[in-house]
Amino acid sequence: MVNMTIEQDMIRPPQPPGPIKWIKENLFSSILNTVLTILLIPVISYLLYGVFRWMFFAADWTAVTQFPLLYAVGQYPRDQLWRVGIILSGLFLFLGMSWGRWRGLLKTISITAGLIQLIIALLPVQHPALDMSMRLFLGSGLLVILLGYLIGSRTPIKNTYIIIGWFIVPIFGIVLLAGFEVSKYIPIWISDLIPSVSTTLWGGLLITFLLAAGGILLSFPLGIALAFGRRSSLPFVSAFSTVFIETIRGVPLVTILFMFSFVMALFLPVESRIDRLVRALMAVTVFSAAYSAENVRGGLQSVPLGQIEAAEALGMGNLKTTIFIVLPQALRAVLPAIVGQFISLFKDTTLVVIIGINDFLGIGRSIINSDPEFVQMRTEVYIFMAIVYWIFSYLMSLASRRIEETLGVSSNL
Amino acid sequence: MTDEPIIHCRDVHKWFDDFHALRGIDMDVYLGEVIVIFGPSGSGKSTFIRTLNRLEEHQQGQIVVDGIELSHDVRNIERIRMETGMVFQQFNLFPHLTVMQNVTLAPIWVRKWPKEKADKVALELLELVGIPEQAHKFPGNLSGGQQQRVAIARALAMQPKIMLFDEPTSALDPEMIKEVLDTMIDLAKSGMTMIVVTHEMGFARGVADRMYFFDEGKIVESGTPEDIYNNPQQERTKLFLSQILQH
Repeated sequence: MVNMTIEQDMIRPPQPPGPIKWIKENLFSSILNTVLTILLIPVISYLLYGVFRWMFFAADWTAVTQFPLLYAVGQYPRDQLWRVGIILSGLFLFLGMSWGRWRGLLKTISITAGLIQLIIALLPVQHPALDMSMRLFLGSGLLVILLGYLIGSRTPIKNTYIIIGWFIVPIFGIVLLAGFEVSKYIPIWISDLIPSVSTTLWGGLLITFLLAAGGILLSFPLGIALAFGRRSSLPFVSAFSTVFIETIRGVPLVTILFMFSFVMALFLPVESRIDRLVRALMAVTVFSAAYSAENVRGGLQSVPLGQIEAAEALGMGNLKTTIFIVLPQALRAVLPAIVGQFISLFKDTTLVVIIGINDFLGIGRSIINSDPEFVQMRTEVYIFMAIVYWIFSYLMSLASRRIEETLGVSSNL
Repeated sequence: MTDEPIIHCRDVHKWFDDFHALRGIDMDVYLGEVIVIFGPSGSGKSTFIRTLNRLEEHQQGQIVVDGIELSHDVRNIERIRMETGMVFQQFNLFPHLTVMQNVTLAPIWVRKWPKEKADKVALELLELVGIPEQAHKFPGNLSGGQQQRVAIARALAMQPKIMLFDEPTSALDPEMIKEVLDTMIDLAKSGMTMIVVTHEMGFARGVADRMYFFDEGKIVESGTPEDIYNNPQQERTKLFLSQILQH
């Protein structure tokens, strides 16, 4: 009987420590720790006080708050902003649909995005950028997201369509943003409705997102192709892929940007000149593809030979084995590395400033330089931009962690 | 039983670089037969069974499976692989797919069955191997014995004429060997043509029509289980049997 009681006591799992116990065990566990804790409390309080005082009293955020549209879209004509609005609404619609279908992190992102818009729409301040139509648009954001949520959760719309939508909206969006010049190939009402807007006017977050999203979407399939190319048994294909990958990886992104933006222009005749934004996108894509290729190749090598044999023994050919068996396992194995690379691509897009494209960082810099008064506020501007970059990078890594968890539950590799 | 063998091997040779792994294998297997191949490790028994669906390429000799000669013609290889199911020592289930998807993948994409038909057949097969309730789990959540039974169902889903088993119980914990062997015995009794590389002598005695003893890339001895167990002719066979039957 005595033995029984002891065993039952031992069966109970150890309880996690409460906060007071935690403090005792970690901050005051020895004399040294106690002294350190007591010394650090005033230091940390002073630092926090300093940060808050600076943020809310000393800092002057005019250079940030005065130009919200400039940060968002650069010089994009203000009377054509409705095009950006349509694209954003499209993205919010699919965001809501994805939330309705897959829940999880998407719910947090959707609700946060919708609420932030609503709060801005209702801000009780006078601001030239925040006119009635802008307030209405921002206010509609939450409604569009909720509409998407209803479609995603209540209707039997196929998952595939939602995913395809995520690809269609940006492609359609780029066409809409660029518009059409008057020409005999395009019906006149179209070029009247959406006249051409030169990419020299595009800027801000719009460019940053365009380059990052475009670079990710285009470089990923190219990287997969290069990874297979490098493993190919055809000597020409594998030599080409290897040289391509190693050349690009051996050169800084700045060099590639210069290559595409200036050197390429020298060789091509003037009339076949490719738009400079497209050239920047090509440079970013090529650069990212080389790194993706090496990541994917690592994943391909991690797939056990037995998997390929099992697929082949079932009569699946090379292509089917690759699509259904090898690639899914390879990509899953290197997902964290790939997302890490996308995050660095997102931040690397800032380098396009040096070829004269005003991305988010570029806009910030030109605002600072536009007025001696704003030069004094450069700290505020850079901190604001750092926070924006951090938010989106962190969202990406959060999303990657969620995807890993979902995949991890479904298989014990 | 027809007169034409479903598997016909003549003088099959295979080298791994300089190592002569198969040294002239002759074997005929007829529809409905259960063949057990055994022998010491490195004797070429696994290599041989893997040449039958060309996971390994033989370099000399002739292999004809279901009337199709194995050659470099890729179309021939894929046709033969559709008619031969294979079960591996390490199961080799696809870890990123559910049990159900594992079983239906090849029927849908290779046999081009509609999904409903593939699902129906898959459920019947999972019933047959005794684990219908695991259909929507992932392989990683199953025991070794269950995984191997899924692997058998996966191979059967293609409705093959021949089943190849490459040491199907060697990677299993002892208490799980029986459930897999029982499944295989049921299959043998249903008339499936089977070639099994195994040391499970109880299984061989129970259902094998013929047994082949491999050593050093050659068939040392063959015969019915009675011949092999009770009256082995070769010293090498006697020695090997005494070693594995001691325990």
